Amino acid sequence: MQTTTDEALIGRIAGGDKLAMQVLFARHHVRVYRFVLRLVGEPSRAEDLISEVFLDVWRQADRFEARSQVSTWLLAIARYKALSALRKRPDEELDDETAQAIEDPGDDPEVAMQKKDTSVVLRQALTKLSAEHREIIDLVYYHEKSVEEVSKIVGVPENTVKTRMFYARKRLGDLLKAAGVERGWP
Amino acid sequence: MNMIKNKASEREEIEALLPWHAAGTLSRRDAQKVEQALARDAELSTQYETVRQDLVETIGLNESLGAPSARAMQKLMADIEADASTARRVKTSFNLGEWLSDKLSSFSPRTLAWSATAAALAIVLQAGLLAGMFVNEKQGGSLFDTASVSKSEPAMVGTYALISFAPQASAADITRLMQTYNMKIVEGPSGEMFTVKLALTGMPKEDLARLIKQLQDEKTVRFVGQKSAE
Repeated sequence: MQTTTDEALIGRIAGGDKLAMQVLFARHHVRVYRFVLRLVGEPSRAEDLISEVFLDVWRQADRFEARSQVSTWLLAIARYKALSALRKRPDEELDDETAQAIEDPGDDPEVAMQKKDTSVVLRQALTKLSAEHREIIDLVYYHEKSVEEVSKIVGVPENTVKTRMFYARKRLGDLLKAAGVERGWP
Repeated sequence: MNMIKNKASEREEIEALLPWHAAGTLSRRDAQKVEQALARDAELSTQYETVRQDLVETIGLNESLGAPSARAMQKLMADIEADASTARRVKTSFNLGEWLSDKLSSFSPRTLAWSATAAALAIVLQAGLLAGMFVNEKQGGSLFDTASVSKSEPAMVGTYALISFAPQASAADITRLMQTYNMKIVEGPSGEMFTVKLALTGMPKEDLARLIKQLQDEKTVRFVGQKSAE
């Protein structure tokens, strides 16, 4: 069985094919949703935003240049939408809400430390990173994006991508240290 | 001194690549470089172990975020129905004359010298399309519905691609492109996309990928992608 490529789907969408739009949505909406949710922190807002992301795809499919993967293009649109939505909210409210939406209320840092469970502490540390660091970690580890693709999504040079990832890892290590977990690096 | 500096910067470079090595998104060459460094540098291996832990927990965290409800898809489809571009696309029917006249009206006086060629192209294309429609009618099917999946569509023999042309492309440019690649327009436009026949039979995957890449690099082409077999 031959699977239609994302690029072929975009070609069909450009021609007004709604079924192709549904196939593309089914293929990518969960990952795009999770990416947006990690940035905005509110599930209902993230849901609205992914509808907006795919509506943009519907409108701009004929402008897709196939120089990057379709998933990279989707994440770039999603990032732009999420950041625009975040700019509409005050910063303090944003950070608190983001952390609350993702953190597991049953495991505060103290409990996690007592459990000496690196996995739990690590997950909590991941939610405490700045939006910039959280985003790059997600793109590299979860969305499996190469240096070049991250550079396209985030809109910074490839060297900046590498440096930012390095500092994100360092920050993660510092948060773990502060929670009593020593991993030998940094 | 320089050698020490080089070694240090090479190590930093490898360190920076560890996350992509763990995620499997490095080129083969870079992956080999990282592998070799890991084999001889114990501190780097410890660091790599932390990277792998981070990767596993990042995946776990993201997977725990759940999925959007069906409302997201419903909202999207409702928005698409209500969107002005949808109505425009549905309204768009195949009118080669109108398309060519649009193109010609945007030409500079110098380019207008090509108008005779364009008119000739219009005749050739329309003749080809009329013949195509006649053949399709005989077969009891039409290829002019949409570019979408259509169950009544007859199986297409050959290799096809979807293509759209750059806004600045003239009729002469398009003719030249068609001749160079020995392509034929068999359907469209649907939106701005045409279906072109690249070969009479199915092409090997590698050859097709190479041809699509070549077409992508043409200035006349705005978008090109393989049209999948339906």
